[in-house]
Amino acid sequence: MIEGAIWRKWVYFYLPLALFLLFLLFPFYWMVITTFRPDNELYIAWRRPNYAPFWTWNPTLDHIKFLFRETAFLTWLWNTMFIALCSTVISLFCGVLAGYALSRLNFPFAGSLGTMIFVTYLVPQTLLFIPLSDIIRNYRLGDTPWSLILTYPTFLIPFCTWLMMGFFKSIPKELEECARIDGASRLKAMFYIILPVAVPGILSAGIFAFTLSWNEFIYALVFLSSPEQKTVPVGVVSELIRGDVFFWGALMAGALLGSIPVAIAYSFFVEHYVSGLTGSVKG
Amino acid sequence: MANVSIRKIHKHYADFHAVKGVSLEIKDKEFVVLVGPSGCGKTTTLRMVAGLESITEGDILIGNTVVNNLPPMDRDIAMVFQNYALYPHMSVFDNMAFGLKMRKFDKAEIKKRVDNAADILGITDHLTRKPRMLSGGQRQRVALGRAIVRNPQVFLFDEPLSNLDAKLRVQMRVEIKKLHQRLSTTSIYVTHDQIEAMTLGDRVVVMKDGLIQQVGEPLELYNTPANKYVAGFIGSPAMNFANVTIKTENGAVWAESPAMRIRAPERLAARLAAHDGKPAVIGIRPEDLLMANGTSPELTFTAGVEVAEQLGSEILLDLKVGTGAMVASVEPTVRVKPGEAIQLTMNPERMHFFDAKTEAAI
Amino acid sequence: MVATAVQTVPAPHTPEPRWRPLENEGWLALVLLLPTLVLLGLFIAYPFVRGILLSVSSSRVGVPGEWVGFANFTRLLSDPIFYMVVRNTVWYTFITTIFKLALGLWLALLLNRNFRFKAFTRAFILLPFIIPTVLSTFAWKWMFDPTFSVLNWFIMKMCQWKVSFFGLFGIEPATSCVVQAQFNWLGDADLAMWAIIIVNIWRGVPFFAISLLAGLQTISPDLAEAAAIDGAKPLQRFWYITWPLLLPVTMVVVLFSVIQTFADFQIVYVMTGGGPANATHLFATYAYQMGVGTGLLSQGAAISLAMFPILFGIVIVQLLYIRRVETR
Repeated sequence: MIEGAIWRKWVYFYLPLALFLLFLLFPFYWMVITTFRPDNELYIAWRRPNYAPFWTWNPTLDHIKFLFRETAFLTWLWNTMFIALCSTVISLFCGVLAGYALSRLNFPFAGSLGTMIFVTYLVPQTLLFIPLSDIIRNYRLGDTPWSLILTYPTFLIPFCTWLMMGFFKSIPKELEECARIDGASRLKAMFYIILPVAVPGILSAGIFAFTLSWNEFIYALVFLSSPEQKTVPVGVVSELIRGDVFFWGALMAGALLGSIPVAIAYSFFVEHYVSGLTGSVKG
Repeated sequence: MANVSIRKIHKHYADFHAVKGVSLEIKDKEFVVLVGPSGCGKTTTLRMVAGLESITEGDILIGNTVVNNLPPMDRDIAMVFQNYALYPHMSVFDNMAFGLKMRKFDKAEIKKRVDNAADILGITDHLTRKPRMLSGGQRQRVALGRAIVRNPQVFLFDEPLSNLDAKLRVQMRVEIKKLHQRLSTTSIYVTHDQIEAMTLGDRVVVMKDGLIQQVGEPLELYNTPANKYVAGFIGSPAMNFANVTIKTENGAVWAESPAMRIRAPERLAARLAAHDGKPAVIGIRPEDLLMANGTSPELTFTAGVEVAEQLGSEILLDLKVGTGAMVASVEPTVRVKPGEAIQLTMNPERMHFFDAKTEAAI
Repeated sequence: MVATAVQTVPAPHTPEPRWRPLENEGWLALVLLLPTLVLLGLFIAYPFVRGILLSVSSSRVGVPGEWVGFANFTRLLSDPIFYMVVRNTVWYTFITTIFKLALGLWLALLLNRNFRFKAFTRAFILLPFIIPTVLSTFAWKWMFDPTFSVLNWFIMKMCQWKVSFFGLFGIEPATSCVVQAQFNWLGDADLAMWAIIIVNIWRGVPFFAISLLAGLQTISPDLAEAAAIDGAKPLQRFWYITWPLLLPVTMVVVLFSVIQTFADFQIVYVMTGGGPANATHLFATYAYQMGVGTGLLSQGAAISLAMFPILFGIVIVQLLYIRRVETR
């Protein structure tokens, strides 16, 4: 690294970085401060002289209590967790097997199947939600968690497959060849040798898929209708806004608490998440 | 233990004919080395024996069993790979035990065999470590150990020493040789390094472009190469070649070029006579070029010294002969300077002639 | 060239290989791919066909509908809102991608240096990308609230500092700061568009930054140092060394971002719901409003399917470009 004068470092490095951090993290600060701020402080217009936005001396748990007493927030959390875990497990299972087949086996149409997976990887959820809602209704899955557990894999599997293909390609072929000569069948070589070695890749795909399904909104919005079936994002949108009345304190509390599980999962696997993210855009 | 017969095998890839009819009989307990440049089909041949590549045409027999359609797991072979292919998530012990576990050996037997192999290879202290904690040489030993614990019918080696540094390579070469002397397991060893081939092989198979060029004991290849390719491939520094024309005069056969006029030895005269008036290639190894002492002018020619490399035990002379180049290995006491013209004599017992067109030995 | 004579040996026996279909690469691949193919077939291929069928019929919620040909699409062509949707979506995608790329690249270059708490900073920077978009968008909506907006307060404060600074020189402002800062973010058509653009940039910058950072880390620092020794200034080093080497990664990141942005739904749905007066509708929100809000399934399916050729075109162009960059 070529270094210059100290002041240059402050102007060209620390200052921009600080501004970026402010821009990227301020909304979360705002979320937190709103959650703990009593209503009488919350609803002070910005032009009033006593508007003191960045701190409160009267923190309150009212909004959180409201969330737990008046809404089915815990149920939403549970629903979201259940759906995210199930769809992640399904997608990992499919994606790992498919990624293994596409990256390590020679068979007819391997190339075109790989391209197809890549294309479905690019299909946005908003392209198909209307016909899907129709199909979900026909299968009588509407308003059940299964409507999401079965449809989330449509965008998670291509992602997992793509990521795992990249990961498997980085494992030397000789490992499983050696295992096969050592007396393992192809399946055993895969389960005893390749999959254990691919654990970091599987974790990456898993954590990424988990955050993606926690984040999903439009399918959940369209397929679910009764309050006790909803996921956190949908529940917060539909139950904490009555007409055009926004319960801002409770909304922010819901946003905060709804973000915490995914943030915790993320914090445990930051490195895996980052390698998943960067792996997902590798050609 | 078993013999291996390879019978007229071919390997076609979609757009590439990698192996073009290779036949080879490998006797029980024999150590055979396949050697050749990259892309010559040696590795493909080995992988077909291992069952990692399908056989397009021909048969491979291990013992007396045609193994063409057997998956690798059923062939009772062991293979050592260039990059060792150690299972990174398993300890050294588990690496060596894996093959036995797959074959459902009982625990005590596994332990006995692994300990024994580790003892032979001197890696007993490392059994609990993971492969990434080992040095290159130790990894290579583990890879060998993994092969020998199973006591298979055949060992296959795919350039096992290529990833090691020069010094370690020599050391491991000796160990592999010792191991074979101790276990006497039939072995097929692939390398691109002719020194490894010469030092390790009971017999050496030189391959090029998917075809066997010559099979023979190391010295046989060195002394009587079947063609110009083998002659140039075996030996370091490589054999010198010069383009000449064969002339028969008064019952003697001469090889002529603008730079030299050499009389061919009697033993080759009859065969060379058939090439009278035709171009040929004369081949002579660097150590068979001697400083001339005036006794045999019919074997002597003039060369210009370009570079003299003093190696201590010998001097390598880079020479200009007519329009071509040659290398001579001479006594370390010889004093020559670059730019000097010197007289060299060929050792008539060690001259080789090759057909200019077919490149086969005459 | 068999060297040894074949001795008299018993006739070779060819064992009947045990029946192991999974040792065959083709069968094994089929088995491994089966779950994926079934799920993707049922929930992607089938809905796609179903969507096309819907778009050429007159279905509503609960009403099967009948074949109407391209009526749904021709109706779109005479729908002024649809034109606005197309314009909005293209503008939204274009402007956010430019900003995300520029800011993301800048941030990636900053992060590519060594400093304390680097891993920590990187972990925090990704937060906007991992926190559920709907939830974080609510925080923004609250920040944009016309009456309680912290942003307006901030602008007012900045204005007041500026005024008091100029006051030192006796310059009086024309309008009061309260008036100047009176932005009705989500109520004004233009401002609302900018508001959702800001939120999208906010959410997308981490993705760009971290992906580009990974690309930057594959470029050997030796190159920049060699260029520095050759006399290249920092900007030249970036332009002649870093940028060309980063281009393949950049193109893929842009491809992903463009597709996601073009089909965006969550931010607009939460921030404006498409309003005011349809001024911020994108394809997805308009399709939702038609197909789910008003129950005109076929019309909604037609709108979201109208995205397909455009997306397809973008993907093709970018993939071709990526291939060209990579083979260059």
